Amino acid sequence: MSKLTPVLSAHWDQPDSFTIEAYTRNGGYTASKKALAMDPDAVIQLVKDSGLRGRGGAGFPTGMKWGFIPQGDNKDHYLVVNADESEPGTCKDMPLLMANPHVLVEGCIIACHAIRAKHAFIYIRGEVTHVARRVNAAIADAYKAGHLGNGIDLTLHIGAGAYICGEETALLDSLEGFRGQPRLRPPFPAIAGLYARPTVVNNVESISAVPAIINKGAEWYQSMGTEKSKGATLYSLSGHVNNPGQFEAPLGITLREILELAGGIRHGHKLKFWTPGGSSTPLFTDAHLDIPLDYEGVSAAGSMLGTKALQIFDETTCVVRAVLRWTEFYKHESCGKCTPCREGTWWLVQILRDLENGTGTEADLEKLLDLCDNIMGRSFCALGDGATSPITSSIKYFRDEYIAHVTNGACPFDPVKSTLFAGAVN
Amino acid sequence: MTTTQESSVAVEMITVVIDGFEVSVPKGTLVIRAAEKLGIQIPRFCDHPLLDPVGACRQCLVDVEINGRAFPKPQASCTIPVEPNMIVKTQLTSPVADKAQKGVMELLLGNHPLDCPVCDKGGECPLQNQAMSNGRADARLDGYKRTFEKPINISSSVLLDRERCVLCARCTRFSAQIASDPFITLNERGALQQVGIYENDPFKSYFSGNTVQICPVGALTGASYRFRARPFDLVSTPSACEHCASGCDMRTDVRRGKTLRRLAGDDPSVNEEWNCDKGRWAFKYVTSVDRLTQPLVRNSQGELVAASWPEALAAAAAGLKGKRAAVLTGGRVTTEDAYGYSKFARVALGTNDIDYRARVTSDEERDFLTTHVVGSSTTYRDIDAADHVALVAFEPEEESPIVFLRLNKNFKKRGLKVSAVATKGSIAMDKLKAEFIKVAPGAEASAVASLPLTAKSVILVGERASESAGLFSAVVALASKTGAKIAYIPRRAGERGALEAGALGTVLPGGRPVSDASARVDIAAAWGVDSLPAQPGRTASQIIEALASDQLDAVVVGGVDAHDLPHGREAIAALKNSFVVSLEIAPSSVTAVADVVLPVAAVTEKSGSFLNWEGRPRAFDSAVADSHNRSDVRILSMLADALGEPIALGTVTASAREFNQLGSWDGARTSFTPAAQGSTPSISANEAILTSWRRLLDMGTLQRGEDNLAGTRRPTVAVISSQRAASIGAQTGDQVRVSNAHGSITIPVLVEDIHEDAVWIPRNSFASQALVALDAVHGDVVTVVKA
Repeated sequence: MSKLTPVLSAHWDQPDSFTIEAYTRNGGYTASKKALAMDPDAVIQLVKDSGLRGRGGAGFPTGMKWGFIPQGDNKDHYLVVNADESEPGTCKDMPLLMANPHVLVEGCIIACHAIRAKHAFIYIRGEVTHVARRVNAAIADAYKAGHLGNGIDLTLHIGAGAYICGEETALLDSLEGFRGQPRLRPPFPAIAGLYARPTVVNNVESISAVPAIINKGAEWYQSMGTEKSKGATLYSLSGHVNNPGQFEAPLGITLREILELAGGIRHGHKLKFWTPGGSSTPLFTDAHLDIPLDYEGVSAAGSMLGTKALQIFDETTCVVRAVLRWTEFYKHESCGKCTPCREGTWWLVQILRDLENGTGTEADLEKLLDLCDNIMGRSFCALGDGATSPITSSIKYFRDEYIAHVTNGACPFDPVKSTLFAGAVN
Repeated sequence: MTTTQESSVAVEMITVVIDGFEVSVPKGTLVIRAAEKLGIQIPRFCDHPLLDPVGACRQCLVDVEINGRAFPKPQASCTIPVEPNMIVKTQLTSPVADKAQKGVMELLLGNHPLDCPVCDKGGECPLQNQAMSNGRADARLDGYKRTFEKPINISSSVLLDRERCVLCARCTRFSAQIASDPFITLNERGALQQVGIYENDPFKSYFSGNTVQICPVGALTGASYRFRARPFDLVSTPSACEHCASGCDMRTDVRRGKTLRRLAGDDPSVNEEWNCDKGRWAFKYVTSVDRLTQPLVRNSQGELVAASWPEALAAAAAGLKGKRAAVLTGGRVTTEDAYGYSKFARVALGTNDIDYRARVTSDEERDFLTTHVVGSSTTYRDIDAADHVALVAFEPEEESPIVFLRLNKNFKKRGLKVSAVATKGSIAMDKLKAEFIKVAPGAEASAVASLPLTAKSVILVGERASESAGLFSAVVALASKTGAKIAYIPRRAGERGALEAGALGTVLPGGRPVSDASARVDIAAAWGVDSLPAQPGRTASQIIEALASDQLDAVVVGGVDAHDLPHGREAIAALKNSFVVSLEIAPSSVTAVADVVLPVAAVTEKSGSFLNWEGRPRAFDSAVADSHNRSDVRILSMLADALGEPIALGTVTASAREFNQLGSWDGARTSFTPAAQGSTPSISANEAILTSWRRLLDMGTLQRGEDNLAGTRRPTVAVISSQRAASIGAQTGDQVRVSNAHGSITIPVLVEDIHEDAVWIPRNSFASQALVALDAVHGDVVTVVKA
C-alpha cells in the first residue's frame, strides 16, 4: 500500500469523517487560520510554488489562475467551485464531498482570501441530493463555528442536471440564472466571470488540495508527483476490476500499479481498453498499462489525464457498444449552441447504432471518422471535441472489431457477459 | 469615403493579410468584416453586423496565425477581432478552412427539411445560397431527421417552423439586444433546442417582424406573407415608410400589382436595418375593397354618385370659384403633395387658410413650429452624441419607434441618460431606465423648466405638447438656458414636409414667414403671380369654426379624418354646412359629407417623399407600376386649371423640382412669443385628469384589414394609480368607467405608475377612442368609477 498517499482521503475511514468535529480533530481549519494571517499574495505564491494544477481536467496551474485576478480594481471578486461532476466515469468529487466536505469549505476560505473575494459559490450537480445535503450541513456548521460569515460567505447552488454546466462559462451562466450554455471568450472569467466580475472557477479537488499545501508547505507537495505534475490526486477506478473506488496517489503512477492496489481485473478476464480521464479522453488499451498517469505522460501517449477517471473494460466488452453508449450521452447532453456538436452527435449516434446492429457498412466507418474530423476542433467548447474522442480512438485500436460487426451482420458479443451479474444468468 | 478619412484620424488602424491580400481596418473590426472589405465572402449564419457576436453556427471558420503562430484549430471569424501581424486564410486558400466549412454546412443541412419548394425563403435563402457556394455536392447523412410540428404561432404575426431553424440565435439576440423585448428564447438542448415563447406569453413585440427578416432560413415567417409568393416573382422598389415620422428606409415587394410584403431598408443614419411591425405589416389598406376608384359628385338628391373626371373637376371648380375657401390637409400627404396644397391655397383660392395639423393643436404650437422647427436640423446623430435626452410629451416606442430603438442603442451601448416628463410610466421608459418625472396632466411645463440639461443634451418634444399650455414655451426656455438641442417629433410621416412646404397659415414654402413682405414677394415671383395674401391664415380649429359660422364657404380637404380633430362631431357638422372637396383614398368621415370626392393614390402607388422628424428627405418611387391613381398634387393642378388659376404642378417631379428650387428662407425669422402655462384643474373624489396617447398598433385607418398585426396590439386598459385603485375599490383587471358629459369608456383597469390625479386611456384603441367617446384627450376632468 506504500504507493498510496492519502491526504484528502486520509480520514475517510473514520465513520464521522464528514463532521466538523472529526475534521477539526484531524487538524482541520488550522490552514485557513494560518492563511488568513498571511498576505494574500503570499498565499497565491505558495500555491504557485506547490505546482498544484487544476484537477478538473485541463490541468491549468491553480496559483497562476488566481494570479490573473486583477487586484485593487475596486470590484467584487468571486470564487466559484465547480462541483458539477458529470463526466461518465468520473467519481472523485462526490465521494470527497460525502466523506470530507469541510476540506472544501476550508479551501474556499483560503482561496477567497488569496483572490480577495468575499463570496464563494459551490455549483453542484442537481442529481446528487445526498451530497448537496451534506455540503449544506457542512457550510451551516462552518458558519456556526465562525469559519464562515466573518468576511467570507459561501453559497451552495444546486444545478439542474446538465453536463454542459461543468464547462466553466456555462456554469457561470447557469449560476446567474440563465440556461447553461458556454460563453464566448474573451472575456475570460478572470476578467469578467460571475456577474461580469473577476472570477476564479476551480474544481472541488483543486480547492480541497489547498489546506494541506498551506499547512505542510509547497516543498512537501512538490515532493510528490513528477517533474511537471506535482502532488497527489484522486484516481477513480471503475468497471471490470475487483476492488473499484478512489485511490489517492502521486501523479505519475501507472495503471498497472493502481490495478494492483485494486486487486486486478475481475478474475478470469483481461484488460481490453480503458479511459485515462473519463469518457471524453481517447481510449487506451492494454498496451498503455505503464504510461505514467500525469498530465504529460498521458498526453504524450495520445490522450488526456482529464479527471483521472479510469474506466476499465475487459475482453467481454464490445467496444462499439461502449462507444455508442457514450455517444448517446453526448447527444443527450449537447447544449445545442453550436452546429458541430448539436448536429454532429445526432448523426454520430445513428451511424454507430447501425454499426452496432450490424446494419452498417465499412464506408460508414470512413463517414464516422470524417464527421469526427468535422466536429473535433470546430465546436464552440470542448464538449464537441470530447464526443469524438472515444470514436476516433476506438476505431484506431479496434477497427477490426467494427468491421466484424459489419461482416457478421450483428454484434459478435454477448452483452450479458460483460455485466457484473454475468455468472448469475445462464 | 469622407467618413473613412475622418475616422482614420481618431481610430487606430490595423493591417492584416487575408488570403494574401493586405487590408487596413479600424482596431476592433472582426475578421469576417475585414474580409468583406476585400470582397471575400466568408459564409455565415449567426453573424449579424448589428448584433453582438455569438459564434454559434461555426460556419465562418478560417485559419488564423498571429506573429507566425498558427491557431491549432480553425477559428470563427465572426468572433475574432483583427490583430497586428495576423494572417488569415479563408476557404479560398486554406483546405482546412474549406473542409471545416463544408463539414459544418453538411451538419446544418442534415436536420434541415427538404421543403425549399414550399418555403417562403426559397430563392432568397442564405442557407440555400451558401449550401450551393460552400457546401458539399452530395448528402451523406441519410438517417432520420429531427421533426417538429410545423408551423407554430409565436405571435399572431410570426410563425415558427422549428425544423427549419439553424439555431443561429439572431432572432433571440435581436429581441434581447435591439428591441429589449426578450419574449423569445432558445429552449431545450441538443438538436431539440428550439426558439420558444414563455408559456401563454406570445412574442408581442412591436419589432417582431425584424426577426423574420434577419432569419437566415425560413424558420420565422410572417403570417401575412406565408405562401403568398416566390421571391423571384416579386418586383422590389426602394420606398419610405408612410406610418410615422421616424423615416424608415423600406423595400416594397409587389407581385402583379399588389403589395405582398414590405421590408426594412438599410439606412445606417436612420433606421439602420430595422423597422417596426406597423411599417412592415400595415399595407393592406391600399388594396382594401372600399378603395375609392373614381370621382364622386353629390347629386341633387344628396347622394354621392360616380362621375367622370371632367365632371367632377367642373363640379369642384364651380363650388370653389369665387368662394371664401380654406384647405385642410392631414399629416399624411407627401412633401410634394403638401407643396401642391400650399400653392393651391395661395394661388387658386387666394388664402393663407391652410393647416396640415389634423389633430389637437394650439396657437402656441404653430408659433413654435414656425420659429423653432422649420429648417431645424436636429438628427439621430445628435441622439448618438447626447449626454442626456429629455422626453417631453413623447412616448418613443408608441409614437416614433425607430427613435426608441436609437435611444435604446445608446442606452445599451453607452448608458445614455434619459429623462421623461410624463404623466404615466411606460414600457419604453422601463427599458431605457429613464428617470420618470411624474407630473399631473397640464403641469408638464414647470417640470421641464428644471431639467438639468447641458449644451450636449437633446430635448425630444412630441406633438402632444400642444395639449399642455405653456409646454412648448418651457421647452424653448430650457433650450435657450442650457443650449440643449430641440427635436420636434410629430407622429405622422407628412407633418414635417407639410410644414416646410408651407401648408400652415403663417409660413410659405421654405419657412418664409407670411408676415414678411419680402418673403411673399419672393414666392409670388417664383410662382408668377402678382401677390400673395398677406393676412396670416386660420388654424385648423379656426377654419372649422369659420365654416360653422359661415365666415368660410368651402374647404378642400386632403387626407383628414374628422374624428382626429377636437370636437369631431361639430367639425363634421361644419363640413356638412359647407362645400367640401375631398381628396381621399377610401371613404371617410369627410367623404361622407363631401360634395365632390376625388380619389388619389396611396403611397405605394405614387412617387414622392416625406421629410422625417429630422427634416431628412425620404424619397420613394411608385412600387405599383400600373396604378391608375394619381398623387394629390396632380389632381390639385387639374382643379386649379379648372378654376382658371393654374398652379402648374402636373407631376410629382414638377412639384419636387419647384419646391427644391425655392430653397430655404435666409431672411429674418419671426420670434417666438411664450405662452402662459395652464393650470391643472382641481378634482374631487371620483374625478381624475385625463391623459392619453396613441398606441403604435391601434384603430388607425392605415392598419385596417391587418388582423394578424392587430393580434400583437397592447391591451386596452385604463391606467390608474394604486391610491386611486384603493379609493374606487378596483384592482387590475376590473372594469372601470371613464366618463364625462360627452360619453363614457368602460375598459379593464391597470394599476401602474401614474400621477395619482390622472387616468390614462389609449387614445384610439379598440373600445377606447378618447376623441370620439369623450371628446377629450388630455388635461380634461373625467369621472373614474368601478364599472
